[in-house]
Amino acid sequence: MSESLPAPIPVTVLTGYLGAGKTTLLNRILTEQHGKKYAVIVNEFGEIGIDNDLVVDTDEEIFEMNNGCICCTVRGDLIRIIEGLMKRKGRFDAVLIETTGLADPAPVAQTFFMDDDVRAKTRLDAIVTVVDALNLIARIEDAPEVEDQIAFADVILLNKVDLVDAEKLAAVRAEIRAINPYAEVIETERCGVDLDKVLDRGAFDLGRILEVEPDFLSGGHVHHDEDVKSISLRAGDMKQPAFFDWINAATQEQGPKIRRMKGIIAFENDPDRYVVQGVHMIVEGDHQRAWKPDEARETRLVFIGRDLDFAALKAGFEACRA
Amino acid sequence: MPTTEPFTLDGFVVETAFLGDRAVFALGEGRVAIRDGAHAQDVEAHAGGLLAAVLSADGKALLSSGDDGRMVATDADGATRVLFEKPGKWIDQLAVGPQGAIACAGGRTAWVRLADGTIVDLPHDKAVGGVAFLPKGMRLATATTDKARLSWITAKGAPVDFAWKGAHLGVTVSPDGRFLVTTMQEPALHGWRIDDQQNMRMTGYPVKVKSMSWTAKGRFLATSGAAAAILWPFMAKDGPMGKAPMQLGPRDRLVTRVAAHRSEDVLAIGYDDGMILAVRIADQAEVLLRPPGSSPISALAWDRAGVRLAFGCEDGAAGIVDIR
Repeated sequence: MSESLPAPIPVTVLTGYLGAGKTTLLNRILTEQHGKKYAVIVNEFGEIGIDNDLVVDTDEEIFEMNNGCICCTVRGDLIRIIEGLMKRKGRFDAVLIETTGLADPAPVAQTFFMDDDVRAKTRLDAIVTVVDALNLIARIEDAPEVEDQIAFADVILLNKVDLVDAEKLAAVRAEIRAINPYAEVIETERCGVDLDKVLDRGAFDLGRILEVEPDFLSGGHVHHDEDVKSISLRAGDMKQPAFFDWINAATQEQGPKIRRMKGIIAFENDPDRYVVQGVHMIVEGDHQRAWKPDEARETRLVFIGRDLDFAALKAGFEACRA
Repeated sequence: MPTTEPFTLDGFVVETAFLGDRAVFALGEGRVAIRDGAHAQDVEAHAGGLLAAVLSADGKALLSSGDDGRMVATDADGATRVLFEKPGKWIDQLAVGPQGAIACAGGRTAWVRLADGTIVDLPHDKAVGGVAFLPKGMRLATATTDKARLSWITAKGAPVDFAWKGAHLGVTVSPDGRFLVTTMQEPALHGWRIDDQQNMRMTGYPVKVKSMSWTAKGRFLATSGAAAAILWPFMAKDGPMGKAPMQLGPRDRLVTRVAAHRSEDVLAIGYDDGMILAVRIADQAEVLLRPPGSSPISALAWDRAGVRLAFGCEDGAAGIVDIR
């Protein structure tokens, strides 16, 4: 039987605290000529609203799933809106979701993995977080949401770099890296970024995980006691059933604390790279492609989370070495 | 031998109905398509997307609501009338009730429009997932987070809440007014006997239930959401409690829409591959009304006489099957 599955609509989630420059970026995406029409889901109609695009106003509404998992939350309003938008396919090419400055990105991201209808018709492309160089460090101290927004990001727009000196900029960079070692950080003034670097990233596409190569901190240079930190694990070949048992158990136990997880795994006697990624307790994995002859068979795994038990993660990981 | 008159419509078919002999199709892009033999008329009912539609209680108009914040009545001749308007709201829930009352909901408020045009506001603290009237006594059932609610519309009296944890996305009331059933974010139904709030859990679905239809005389509640239509028996005093549901039209494809015949114990079943079966409940005899091989069935409706079935698909394929 012939069946043509329509391509899933890409969804970009835009986060960032008030004043960081989120609306500036949104307006750029909506006004510049890039040949794409967006459906934009915002929290309140601000200074946006472009004739060619659909703009939807919503009240953020968290649904807790009845599956006993305390971190399994989804955004009910998004499920409803996306279901409505899918009756107008053809009117737009992609969806942009702007969250409030205080929003936890987890329920937004989880909606795209946990709701079957949304998952069938859309694909989460990337979480883009806008922060500004001038205020980031102060915001991290007074708003825990800011750390979470950085922790969840695939792309971080470090905005207003023209307003700080080199020393402050270096401190801000270190702060971001201490929380999230693998997001791409793009430094901008007035959100002046090539939109290709923000849109259509495929950050959740297992086929597009190329490298998990965190910038390792030289250590001892971080000024703040972040609650959200990352752990990077490296090894050679891993034992297969042992690794799956461990990662399933670890993400169940530490799921509420985990923000994001990403990795490339080399399994013994397996010619293919295995890639994994996760949000809280949700873990996805698949074989990706063969290891290339000139490529070192190295397992790399990064967890980003709040109050993670680093020692337990490391011990569990080490026990899976082949 | 069933005969089919096919149409190609421009957009997702949200709902279909018969206004007398004329079939009408509510389309996601905001239009209502009217089809009757050689007569074809498309009406711009909404200035944006159309989110929900339902046949009026007198059967003379299709009521639709959309992201333009309007509720519009379209009659068989294509004349439209705006019945309600809340600019900026997505009105995505609609239901008709006794005495010409109509309910709709958008965000955290449900509204009832009485026959004389009076609007009654029913604010909720969370989004309203569904609306349905009780058959008698001007009461509206709403589905919302962690509960369903019964509100009086014209009489004074506090609303009655039926608690059950979780997100309730749709609601229906049995034709005898004894049971309240909601669809949930989880692939399950939840029900209550209205008299004593006795809970009923109806689980086992692989996907969310999107379509519900009461069979003739309210004997069964037929539902989508599985690889067969699932029918819960409601004949007994305590409804489906402790009873297994019946499965009609089992296939290896998901049922997306169900529409019970008005007078006979027959169910029309639409699948996610575009196939439609009519199945007699008594002996499960099946008649193929539309072969598989297209996009999912998104709308199904019988005419008043029960001899024609209108259908629509997500990709705009539509038609009328005459079973005579």
